[in-house]
Amino acid sequence: MTLKGIVHKYSKDNIDTDVILPGPYLKIHDHGELSKHAMEGIDADFSNKVSKGDFILAGTNFGCGSSREHAPIALSHSGISAVLAPSFARIFYRNCVDGGYLLPLEIERSTLEQVSDGDTLEIEIENNQIHDNTNGKNFSISPFPPLIKKIIDSGGLMYYKE
Amino acid sequence: MNITEKIIARASGRNSVSPGDVVFANVDKLMIHDVSGPGVIKVFEEWAKKGIDLEKVWNADRVWIAEDHFVPSADRISAENITKLTNWAEKYGIKKHFKYGLGQYGICHTLSHEEALVLPGEFYIGGDSHTNTTGALGALAVGLGHTDIAYAMMHGRIWLKVPETILFKLIGKKPAHIMAKDIILKIISDIGTDGANYKAMEFAGNAVREMSMEERLTLTNMTTEAGAKNGIIEPDAVTDAYINERTSEIYKPILGDDPHYLEEFTFEIDNLEPIVAKPFSPENAAVARELQSIEVDKAYIGSCTGAKLEDLRSAARILKGKKVKIRTEVLPAAQSIYLKALKEGLIDIFMEAGAVVGPPTCGACCGAHMGILAKDEVCVSTTNRNFPGRMGHIESQTYLASPLVVAASAIKGKITDPRDVSK
Ligand code: SF4
Repeated sequence: MTLKGIVHKYSKDNIDTDVILPGPYLKIHDHGELSKHAMEGIDADFSNKVSKGDFILAGTNFGCGSSREHAPIALSHSGISAVLAPSFARIFYRNCVDGGYLLPLEIERSTLEQVSDGDTLEIEIENNQIHDNTNGKNFSISPFPPLIKKIIDSGGLMYYKE
Repeated sequence: MNITEKIIARASGRNSVSPGDVVFANVDKLMIHDVSGPGVIKVFEEWAKKGIDLEKVWNADRVWIAEDHFVPSADRISAENITKLTNWAEKYGIKKHFKYGLGQYGICHTLSHEEALVLPGEFYIGGDSHTNTTGALGALAVGLGHTDIAYAMMHGRIWLKVPETILFKLIGKKPAHIMAKDIILKIISDIGTDGANYKAMEFAGNAVREMSMEERLTLTNMTTEAGAKNGIIEPDAVTDAYINERTSEIYKPILGDDPHYLEEFTFEIDNLEPIVAKPFSPENAAVARELQSIEVDKAYIGSCTGAKLEDLRSAARILKGKKVKIRTEVLPAAQSIYLKALKEGLIDIFMEAGAVVGPPTCGACCGAHMGILAKDEVCVSTTNRNFPGRMGHIESQTYLASPLVVAASAIKGKITDPRDVSK
């Protein structure tokens, strides 16, 4: 699987789910409607900027806070195919994978510093490789643990056979 | 194995497990509420389109439903979510549905212990991140998203990675002006909001043993703010007494034996000062007295963290015979707690002080309704999160504190150490 898209960079650590999808919208369960409010707490213009397949690049502990699956749903329906961060909050990570919404990709802290907002990336999931087409550099991602990889390959937890 | 590992081993049918093992474990209890419930139903609707139908839930007696986040119905969408949830519960025969305005109801994590819906030794999952709270009963309590909950609802099983455990030994005697809230804020400020990411936080030591169940629940509640998978306390006589007052169900407590921990921290609590977490992170702690110049617009005593009966008693101890200087809201965390507070005269104290007392709801805690903050407003709150926009406008501010500090601050209109209000 190779993903290609543009980077939307938010370098802050601890970007929490209240920022990714603010509390007042929790009552909404329409995926398209939710996507309009993605990242509203940090970038009101986010949903207009994103094209299908794009990436979020962010600081450590991305997705901390509540268990709301609204957060990965809003991101994925706004077009985001993967979030790249040095670490993720536990429930957010599970939600991304088990719901089959988008990929949480763990990167080195130095990758966060070297990739810029607006760069075009090609990510080869099978080889755990990132190519930054804008600056020509290559980076690696941490391989998925075996079960996580199987769930991703199945298209989400529901389609995974124990 | 420590208690977390032993419960996972039991639930997954293994003799032993070690940190890092990935297992599928059988679920004992499962909770959804009026936000995660409709989310779970939506997952089922999506699956149905792909030909995967939910004929029945794995065990309707082990599932329970809370109405807490958007009750009283804040608007049309919230009202329709409740209707949807109600119809769904009826269709699948789920009887434990705690409805707003129909007897006992309240915040999901409060009902879990108030109603003894979860018992020591059980593996309990909930569609809410503060499901961790219930670990104080000696259960493995883990918060999950909609898809995971839907999967477990169907199969009665879910995958888990066995976490590493960090042990927090609390020793010494808790001074009268200190509550479990101060202790957990101190711990989070020391280890950070990702200090226990993916890990279990276990609490032990004489200070924990001497703590009431409700105080223990405050500790485990905020393990979520340190990123923990679960918070847990080994059950003891306090646990048994608490549970036996509420249910006659038989349970088998699980204790660690020859436990192993990734790390151990010891906290001496004798000299702890009242702590406040400043905006915009629960780890952003300061001693309350250092913040006494901070003017506050609203005092909030509510939520699964800070509106249990003892929280209300503590606030009432400070507010008795006093007047509040700023808008003050008291929302008991469950109907049963409201009634107990009423009978004890606590509600009189709050109302005579000038505070408003409202029905149990998550509303303002998650910035959704029932008293949200305007731009630039400052709130001192017994809740657990103070991220930007958490309790209202993105430029509002929340200081997290114990019920004692919040009540004292309500009287002075500034952040106040409870020792600094006259008796
Ligand atoms: S009271 Fe606040 S923290 Fe507790 S469940 Fe409700 S929204 Fe979450």
